[in-house]
Amino acid sequence: MRPVRRSDLDQVIALDAQETGLEKRDYWERVYKRYGRATRGEQSWFLVAVTGSEIVGFVIGEVRDWEFGSPPCGWLFAINISQEARLAGIGSRLMTAFCDALRAAGVRKLRTMLARDDTLVLSFFRSQGMMAAPIIPLELEVPAAATKARG
Amino acid sequence: MKLQVNTLLALYSVMEFAADPQRHIPASEIADKYGISAHHLAKVLAELARAGVVTSVRGVGGGYRFTANVRRLTLMDIIQLFEDFSPASHQHGDTTPVDRAIGQVLTEIDQITRATFSSITVATMLRLVERQEDGGKLPDAEDAKGTQRTQKKTF
Repeated sequence: MRPVRRSDLDQVIALDAQETGLEKRDYWERVYKRYGRATRGEQSWFLVAVTGSEIVGFVIGEVRDWEFGSPPCGWLFAINISQEARLAGIGSRLMTAFCDALRAAGVRKLRTMLARDDTLVLSFFRSQGMMAAPIIPLELEVPAAATKARG
Repeated sequence: MKLQVNTLLALYSVMEFAADPQRHIPASEIADKYGISAHHLAKVLAELARAGVVTSVRGVGGGYRFTANVRRLTLMDIIQLFEDFSPASHQHGDTTPVDRAIGQVLTEIDQITRATFSSITVATMLRLVERQEDGGKLPDAEDAKGTQRTQKKTF
């Protein structure tokens, strides 16, 4: 486990594309700028799991203060393990590394959010001891603009 | 939410078998531990055997033995053997707008319930039980009183 480097980005993009079917280079460039180049004290992390010279997984997250009325809390917004490297404990080690970083930053709670039909990843987080948070995500189909009546 | 008696018996049994998968456990041992009817439990175990969760072992020292994968078998896999989770199980029809609105809310609750049960494997349950035995309580809901509710961005 180590912090991401600029030279890892192609492999990270490929890893994400393997899972999502989309190569989102612009998106990952922005993520790298925000999380991969965080200076000490910024409380954001982009960690990769490396086997030999191959990136086999990554985790990304940060500390957010007072969101949803919550004291400073770690948010994990991406974790991915290469399909070939799964069931080898790499996800658990990435989680441990991320929790270690949060602990060192004085944060004692970690949250994440994901689709409720994403059973595989939900099961993984559950296996790590995560339970439902006291937060309910809500969404709204933004109504179409009302037609202005002509006087 | 309340689970039916048979569902609870099935969950008790699966947890007992999964905690020691090599051991043949007589139904009477589980019945005694949880103070339940051995006759009633036998029907539940037969259903679990039909589903391939356990297998019966005949002879001296017989009983049942766990045959599923603790890292793959979820609470949902067990519960749906005994409970009806079909969307049509709501008692309300959909004849009026009020019925349909109630149905929409109940469906939302069902989906969250299903997601929760589907995401918790027996291996995860064994760890939760271990934590309970260790006296470690689960984290309390966070007390956000007195904090400023900014509710800004999400991801």
